[in-house]
Amino acid sequence: MSVVHRDDIGSKLGMWLFIFTEILLFGGLFITYVVYRYLHQEAFHLASQELDVAIGTINTIILLISSATIAMSITAIQQKKKKLTLALIATTILLAIVFLVNKYFEWGAKFEHGIFPGSEYLDQLGFGDVLFFGLYFFMTGLHAFHIIIGIAVLGFMYYYVKTDRLTHDNFQLLENGGLYWHLVDLIWIFLFPLFYLIA
Amino acid sequence: MSENKQNSAPKSYLEETGGRKGIFKWILSTDHKRIGLLYLYSIMAWFFIGVTLGVLMKLELIAPGKTIMGAQSYNATFTVHGVIMIFLVVIPGLPAVFGNFMLPIQIGAKDVAFPKLNLLSWYIYIAGSILVVSSLFAGGGPPDTGWTFYAPYSFKTGTNMLPAVLGAFVLGFSSILTGLNFIVTTHRLRAPGMSWMKLPVFPWAIYGTAWIQLLATPIVGITLLMVLGERIFNIGFFDPAKGGDPILFQHLFWIYSHPAVYIMILPAMGAISEIIPTFSKKTIFGYRFIVFSTLAIAFVGYFVWGHHMFTSGMSGTALFTFSILTFIVAIPSAIKVFNWVATMHQGSISTDVPFLWAASFIFVFLVGGLTGLVLGALATNVHLHDTAFVVGHFHFIVFGGTGFAFFGALHYWFPKIYGKMYDRSWAKTGWAIFFVGYIALYMPMFFLGVMGMPRRYFDYLPEYHGPNIISSLGALVMVTGFVIMVINLFRAVKTGEKAPQNPWGGTNLEWQISSPPTLENFDEIPTIDKATYKYD
Repeated sequence: MSVVHRDDIGSKLGMWLFIFTEILLFGGLFITYVVYRYLHQEAFHLASQELDVAIGTINTIILLISSATIAMSITAIQQKKKKLTLALIATTILLAIVFLVNKYFEWGAKFEHGIFPGSEYLDQLGFGDVLFFGLYFFMTGLHAFHIIIGIAVLGFMYYYVKTDRLTHDNFQLLENGGLYWHLVDLIWIFLFPLFYLIA
Repeated sequence: MSENKQNSAPKSYLEETGGRKGIFKWILSTDHKRIGLLYLYSIMAWFFIGVTLGVLMKLELIAPGKTIMGAQSYNATFTVHGVIMIFLVVIPGLPAVFGNFMLPIQIGAKDVAFPKLNLLSWYIYIAGSILVVSSLFAGGGPPDTGWTFYAPYSFKTGTNMLPAVLGAFVLGFSSILTGLNFIVTTHRLRAPGMSWMKLPVFPWAIYGTAWIQLLATPIVGITLLMVLGERIFNIGFFDPAKGGDPILFQHLFWIYSHPAVYIMILPAMGAISEIIPTFSKKTIFGYRFIVFSTLAIAFVGYFVWGHHMFTSGMSGTALFTFSILTFIVAIPSAIKVFNWVATMHQGSISTDVPFLWAASFIFVFLVGGLTGLVLGALATNVHLHDTAFVVGHFHFIVFGGTGFAFFGALHYWFPKIYGKMYDRSWAKTGWAIFFVGYIALYMPMFFLGVMGMPRRYFDYLPEYHGPNIISSLGALVMVTGFVIMVINLFRAVKTGEKAPQNPWGGTNLEWQISSPPTLENFDEIPTIDKATYKYD
C-alpha cells in the first residue's frame, strides 16, 4: 500500500460542509412549507390535527435516544471499549429500524383513510389539505430515505469497528457517521413541530 | 502513489500507470490530473453534441418557415442543447477540468483532499449524463420544456422529462462533491507559507466557485426532486389546479440557477487573471481588489435571482430590489475588467495565443455585461423579455465568457498538461476565425431582440430575415474556427514538439515543475516566501 494521506480535521470539515448542503436541501422544502402555510392557515391547522401526536412523540424520543447512543459510541471507542462501541452502534441501528416501523404504520393508517398524494378523497378536501399532506409525505418520506441511508452508514461503521479499521486513535470516520446521524435527528426535530404540534 | 518512487527517476503522471492498463489507467486513477483530463474529454464530447444541435437550430432559422425541422423538433433541440451545454459542459467546465488539474499544483499540494471522492464525482457526472441522454431515446420523445424545466409544463408534457430531470439532479450531486473537495483542499493543503493573500487568483476563483456549488446546488436539487414528485405522485406543489404555485418553482429554480451563472463565470475570470499578467510580464494590478471582488460576486450573486422573473408578476418592491441588486453585482465584475486593463498598462505584452483568447474574452464579456444591465433595468426588460436579445446576452456571457476563457486556459496550460507545444500560427488562425464567426453569430440577436423577435420559436416574420442570415452564417464560420483549433490541439498531442518547463514565463508554482508534472507534482512540498505574480 502507498502512504495514506490522513487529515482528520479536513475530513471533519468535509463532513460539516456536506451536512450544510443537506440542510439547504431540506431548506427548499421548509420555504415551500412556510409559503403554503401562510396561504392556507386554517386548512393546515385542521389537517395537522389528523396526525397522530403520540406516534410522532414516540418517534422523536426514539431518535433523540439514538443520537445519544451514537454519541456515546464515539466516547466508547476513544476509551478502547470495543464491545461497548459495537453494542451502542447496534442499538442506534435498532432504534432507527423501530422508527421506520412506526412510520410505516403511521403512513399505512393514512393510506387506509384514502389520504395519499393524488388520491380522489384528498382532492375533494381542498387546496390546503392537498398541500399539507403533499408536504407531509414528501418531507417525512425524504427524511425516512435519509434514515435508511443512515442505517447503511452505521452498518459500515459497525463492520469497520468490528474489523479494527476504526480504533481509539483513528475514529474520525465514526465521528463523521455520528454527525450524519445527528443531522437526520436534527431534521426530524424540525419536522415534528411543523407537522404535528403547531396549531 | 508509486511504491518505488525513491529508487527511480520520477516519471510524468502520463507515464505513471500504477500497474493499470488501457482505459483502466484512467477510470481507476485517483490522480487529480488524470481526473481533470477525464472531465476534459467527456466535457468536450458533450460540447461537440451541443454545438451540433446549436448549428441545427441556426440552420432552421436561416429562413422563415420550416427549413429543416418542425416546431416540436425545434423545441426538443433547444431543450437538449440547453441541458447539455448548461449541466454537462459549462457548469463542470472550468472547475472540474482546470480546477482539478491546477488547484492542487497552484497551492503546492500533491493532490486534492479527497482523491477517491474526486473520482467518484466523475462517475456520478457520467451517470448523470447517461440519464440525460437516455431521455432522448426512451419513452415519449426528447424533452421540450427548455433547460429551465418550468412548471407546470414540465410535469404536464408527455415527453420524456423524468430521466432529464433526474439526470440534472445527479449532476448537481457531482457538482456539490467537487466543490466540497476543493474547499477542504484549499483550507487544508496549502503549502507552508502559502497564506491566503499569497494564493494565486485562479485558486481563489475556484475556491469562491466551490462555495457557490456547495450552497446553491442543493436548492435546485430539491426543486428538481419536487418536480419528480409532481410527475410521479401527482402531489401538487407547483400545480395551480391543486393549489400549488408555479411561480414558486421559478423562485426555487433561479435561487440556484442564477448563482450557477457565477459558477460558470468566476473560474473563467480566474483563468483570465492568470493569463493576463503572464503575457504582460507585470504583477497583476490590485490583487486584493480582484480577490475581494471574486468573493463579493459569489456573495451578491445569491440575491439577484428575481431578475429572471421581472414579468412573472412579482410585487413592485421585489422588482426594484432585484433590479438594484443586479446593478450592484455588476460593480465587482467591472472592477475586474479595470484590473485586467490596468495590468496590461505599461506591461511588456506578447500577443501569443492565450493572450488573444484573454483579450477577446474581455471584449465579449464587456458586451455581455453591458447588455445584462439593459436587461436588469425594469423598463427595458419589459420590452426585451423573452426576445432574441436575452439569447444574445446569455451567450455572450456564458459562451463568450466561459467559452473564451476555457479555450484560453486550454492553450495556456496545454504545454504543462501534455508536455507538448501546439502550432501557434494555426492556433491563431483558429482563434481569429472563431472570433469573427462568434461575433457574427450572436451580435445580430441583439438587433433582432430590440426589433421584437421572440426566442424559442422555429419560425419568424419575414422582416427578421436579414440578421438571421448573418447569424446562421456566423455559426458556420465559428464552427470552422473551432474545428481548426481542435485539430491543431489533437495534432500537438500526437506530434507536437516538446514543451519547456515554463514556455510563457509564468511565475506561479505550476511553471516551476516539470512539463508534464510528475505523479506527485512536487519532489518535495515547496515553501512559499514571496507574493504571487512577482516579475523581476
